[in-house]
Amino acid sequence: MDKDMPEQLEPSSTGLSGSAGQGIAHESAARHVSGSAVYVDDIPAPSGTLHAYVGLSSITRGRISQLSLNAVRRAPGVIDVITRDEVPGHIDIGPVFPGDPLLLGVGDEVEFHGQVIFAVAAESYRAARQAAKLAEIEYEPLTPCLSIEDGLDQGLFVRPLHEQQRGDVTTALAEAEHRLQGELRIGGQEQMYLEGQVSLCVPEDDGGMLVYSSTQNPTEGQKLVAEVLGIDMHRVTVDTRRMGGAFGGKETHANQWACLAAILAQRTGRAVKLRLARGEDMQATGKRHHFLSRYDVAFSADGTLQGLDLMLAGGCGMSPDLSDAIVDRAMFHSDNAYFIPHVHVEGHRVKTHTVSNTAFRGFGGPQGMVAIEDVMDGIARATGQDPLDVRKRNLYTSEGQRNVTHYGQTVEQELLPRIMERLEETCAYRERRQAITGFNRENAILRRGLALTPVKFGISFTVQHLNQAGALLHVYTDGSVQLNHGGTEMGQGLYTKVAQVVASELQIDIAQIRCTATRTDKVPNTSPTAASSGSDINGMAALAAARTIKERLQKFAAEHFGVTEEAIRFHAGKVSVGEKDFSFAEFVNLAYLHRVQLSATGFYRTPKIHYDRSTGTGRPFFYFANGAACSEVVVDTLTGEYRVERVDICHDVGRSLNPAIDLGQIEGGFIQGMGWLTSEELAWNGEGRLTTVGPATYKIPAIGDTPPVFNVELLPDSPNAEATIFRSKAVGEPPLMLAISVWSALRDAVASLADYQVHPPLDTPATPERVLLACEHLRQGLSTS
Amino acid sequence: MIRFRHQDREVQLTELRADMTVLEYLREERGLTGTKEGCASGDCGACTVVTVAPEEEGLRYEPVNACIATLGSLHGKQLITVDELQDGETWHPVQRAMIECHGSQCGFCTPGFVMSLFALYHDNPGANREEILEALGGNLCRCTGYRPIIYAAEVALKEGTDDQFSRRRQATHDELTALGDMEREVLALDDRQSQYLRPDTIEELTELLHRNPAARIVAGGTDLLLEATQALKNLDTLIDITAVPALHDIVIDARGIYLGAAVSHRQAKPAILAEYPELEELIERFGSLQIRSKGTVVGNIANASPIGDWPPVFLALDATLVLHSYRGSRELPLKEFFLAYRKTALAEGEFIQGVRIPVRSSQLFFRAYKISKRFEDDISSVCAVMALSMNGDVVTQARVAFGGMAAVPARATGCEEALAGINLRDDALDTVRNALDEDFAPIDDARASATYRSLVARQLLQRLQAEHRGGIATRAHAHDLAYEVGHG
Repeated sequence: MDKDMPEQLEPSSTGLSGSAGQGIAHESAARHVSGSAVYVDDIPAPSGTLHAYVGLSSITRGRISQLSLNAVRRAPGVIDVITRDEVPGHIDIGPVFPGDPLLLGVGDEVEFHGQVIFAVAAESYRAARQAAKLAEIEYEPLTPCLSIEDGLDQGLFVRPLHEQQRGDVTTALAEAEHRLQGELRIGGQEQMYLEGQVSLCVPEDDGGMLVYSSTQNPTEGQKLVAEVLGIDMHRVTVDTRRMGGAFGGKETHANQWACLAAILAQRTGRAVKLRLARGEDMQATGKRHHFLSRYDVAFSADGTLQGLDLMLAGGCGMSPDLSDAIVDRAMFHSDNAYFIPHVHVEGHRVKTHTVSNTAFRGFGGPQGMVAIEDVMDGIARATGQDPLDVRKRNLYTSEGQRNVTHYGQTVEQELLPRIMERLEETCAYRERRQAITGFNRENAILRRGLALTPVKFGISFTVQHLNQAGALLHVYTDGSVQLNHGGTEMGQGLYTKVAQVVASELQIDIAQIRCTATRTDKVPNTSPTAASSGSDINGMAALAAARTIKERLQKFAAEHFGVTEEAIRFHAGKVSVGEKDFSFAEFVNLAYLHRVQLSATGFYRTPKIHYDRSTGTGRPFFYFANGAACSEVVVDTLTGEYRVERVDICHDVGRSLNPAIDLGQIEGGFIQGMGWLTSEELAWNGEGRLTTVGPATYKIPAIGDTPPVFNVELLPDSPNAEATIFRSKAVGEPPLMLAISVWSALRDAVASLADYQVHPPLDTPATPERVLLACEHLRQGLSTS
Repeated sequence: MIRFRHQDREVQLTELRADMTVLEYLREERGLTGTKEGCASGDCGACTVVTVAPEEEGLRYEPVNACIATLGSLHGKQLITVDELQDGETWHPVQRAMIECHGSQCGFCTPGFVMSLFALYHDNPGANREEILEALGGNLCRCTGYRPIIYAAEVALKEGTDDQFSRRRQATHDELTALGDMEREVLALDDRQSQYLRPDTIEELTELLHRNPAARIVAGGTDLLLEATQALKNLDTLIDITAVPALHDIVIDARGIYLGAAVSHRQAKPAILAEYPELEELIERFGSLQIRSKGTVVGNIANASPIGDWPPVFLALDATLVLHSYRGSRELPLKEFFLAYRKTALAEGEFIQGVRIPVRSSQLFFRAYKISKRFEDDISSVCAVMALSMNGDVVTQARVAFGGMAAVPARATGCEEALAGINLRDDALDTVRNALDEDFAPIDDARASATYRSLVARQLLQRLQAEHRGGIATRAHAHDLAYEVGHG
């Protein structure tokens, strides 16, 4: 496939609209703005559709001693109530490892506040919700573990420890010129997709189940629905046209609602819809893992890293879910962009009695990266340097063979030095640094801060078998094309990009292509749309399908017209056979009349990747996506309130499939990352109940938080060195971590209070409260010294 | 009966739940699913619709959170929803701009943004960047980071107002006026289990409350409806006070500023800012435009939340409430109104008719500080309002009130006493800070820790002093501090 890869895209020369490389609008944009885009809750429900809701635990940990649901059953409009005892098939819906009970019953252990115990189906949504509040449940309480520290102390883990090691870190630390230790608490994050979790299940006449689900993983939903119903997978079809946002929160945590609705639909013979209201959605579904990091670092006088011993502990919640891969990814990114000669990283998967944490854009990577960027700032303060100089000095480089990661993968495409230099120049970093130093000297209350940080993010699922994708392409006799693939659309523009790939390959206008809902009966056995891999793998699968059809058409035409296959060209909406031009429609109709198959599947698996967990080495990533951001903030050191004033970004998307969509991913990812590190704070009370259960208390960035100056550049002239789809790069997750620059800039502003001699402790999220406490820490240090 | 106009026809509703929201009506009763539910608590804006009310001159377009708006609030208005913006084959300018500027990704928040923009397009077509941000501050987007939406707003507002709605402005005005002129029925909705009542005189309202002591009063409903949508309570008897003309009074006279109980935050803003321009930042940060359009100033006082932003303002300004019931009228100083957490001095059958702020004294040094996790549309961790009577640099009398520091909005009496006699330019404030520490024992919650609340309250005194002295920048969000607005 590599040799055929088009190296030059010429969208403008073809006159076609929507070829790869063009910044066309999202395929659903017109439907979005008119309210006509249909989400699961908008699907006209079959007559007699019931509404399901869930009853949640009101304690954090304990054994259910009594479960009285009579009042629920007697409530107006209630048709059915189920607990663990009514589940016909499997009860555990753990996606990789067991540990996630679908429902509970008497004798079962509740493991977090807000865990689903039972489900009810009623004639209306309100009736179901009101009934679900009427259960009388008694518990024998057990002592919960609520923090990572307690979990580490008690040895509570959902999965075993994994370690990565290179060189001799003990000696490096012992012989260090300079040495620094530190600890950082990194907060979790609620996905806060605007469309909450929802499924609609419609029973079919042969015992099958049609499931409309807002899920990133239709195949896993299909498998689990089949398992809980006790039927074969071929009886279950999952349909996902679009999601109103997902961000990882619908990778595994969409399954439970589909399974519950399916059981109730099977039992009642009626369609059942289960939609979580925001409050229950936030209590009962997993979030980004919070982490604890502890480091011991050795470095030279100029700030060059010599050795690092790093402990990462992820707060996984009550079950494994995806935590193994998430903590692994944190470890894979604990170098971020820096060469560390001697290194030891250990990654703990700590169990706590809170909701099981799950995927969220970056999947552990951001937490690992924050941990090392904390170290870089610490080294800068310890050596009295501008943090940018310390960062640049430690970047991976082939010079002196400083380009192999701690897990043995070579950083082949060396882009970050170029990106950092370029951004430093375009954002006038040095001039602004000088201006800020002056501002801070003159202002007692307001302080400005500046930081320029890199991102290097590994692309591929680290679970190898997930790196595969399928597509299905139909060409109809009028030249119109229907495209289907295993990826799901959650707003990231996947359907648009894959359609652009097909439009380019078949050399037709994108208006001729319709991308249909992701369905397990069209493309089976798919991977979740996750790990930023959507367009990489589904684009390649769709390309393969288009090529198959093209090859059939070429072979047919060569025979039919008596020319060589090379004489047949697809170009600008036409098919040329020697000197003669056909419209695409004429040509495919001719092929149809000569009994050429106009439907094909395509398949792709990512090459080159492998990782050996026993040695902690390999090449887990096909390639790296890179970027850098420079953020400037102003902090009110009396209250801790702050504002991000300016952000400049240079980001590597390879050769962009759609620059407008990529720009949207970068800007949106950045702001989401900024929210994670600043205003988005999850709070639990002393008993382990989440108290931030809606947008009134959980504050994602609002429009006024968008920096007034926000410059984003796609790194020009940087095709992917690997043979990805048209040499593009994945863009979903990497930009989120560009926002580490905001957190670092906040610390830079605070550090000015002690003349940049002290590294301010600033756990995340850096709320105004934490920023003020960091200011106080420095001020008190000054007054006592 | 509730009568309103929607999609070019008059809609009449009678037998529906009193606490049914506009969103439930649209999605469940009408099958109009373009309007989305994101939170059902008025905090995300995904459900934004626009209501149009006739005014003496022209029409008032307002964005409304459909998820917490009663059906009764539509009476006499035009309701405009996202599914009717397109004019045949032609996109509405705000829709076209959103498409062209890549303003949507997942699309779920988009109908709400489109409707907030549509309201702005009619309400303030010349809006600048700041006004755009203010208009969209109540709409959350999780995908885009907002930059393309800001662009779309600027593009859409470039060419003045010209759409199918503006072109039939007069006809709409006539239709709505005719709706308003129809005979009112006090019993607006009745489904045999609940009633929605709309009295239109003080006497009628008084009588209804007398007869239904358990009834809940609704004006904007921006807080009350959460009981229905979040706590799932059935609100069986709702008395809507917005049809009573006297409750819409805004009077500025020798006695000060008087605001009737049905005056929205948005309507009150010009009157209050004319006297107290220092409140501009606080008002801009109060809820969202959707909330400020519907919610009322008096409602924010009446619900007696410890974290409302108006109570500290009105406490510091020594406001008085005008209360009314079948027993008659009385006036009550606001400082005597809040008894305990969410408990007030209102007697059975009594309601707040209005609130009066006395005339601004000369030599007043006045500041209102709101501290929250997010700058816009967030609830205060601490709200501090300080009204100091000055003789030169010397404080002669102080009224200092806080929200977020106790179970009720409260005056900091120790701090007030300590401030009296202080030379704000020269004196250190240690005694004042210490006195303030004694005034409150705040709590830890999801918004802030007790430590932070106490610390920040103390430091706001320092900010107060810095601002009195002048010559130093104190606010991270000050407009004059910002970069030139623009993009590279």
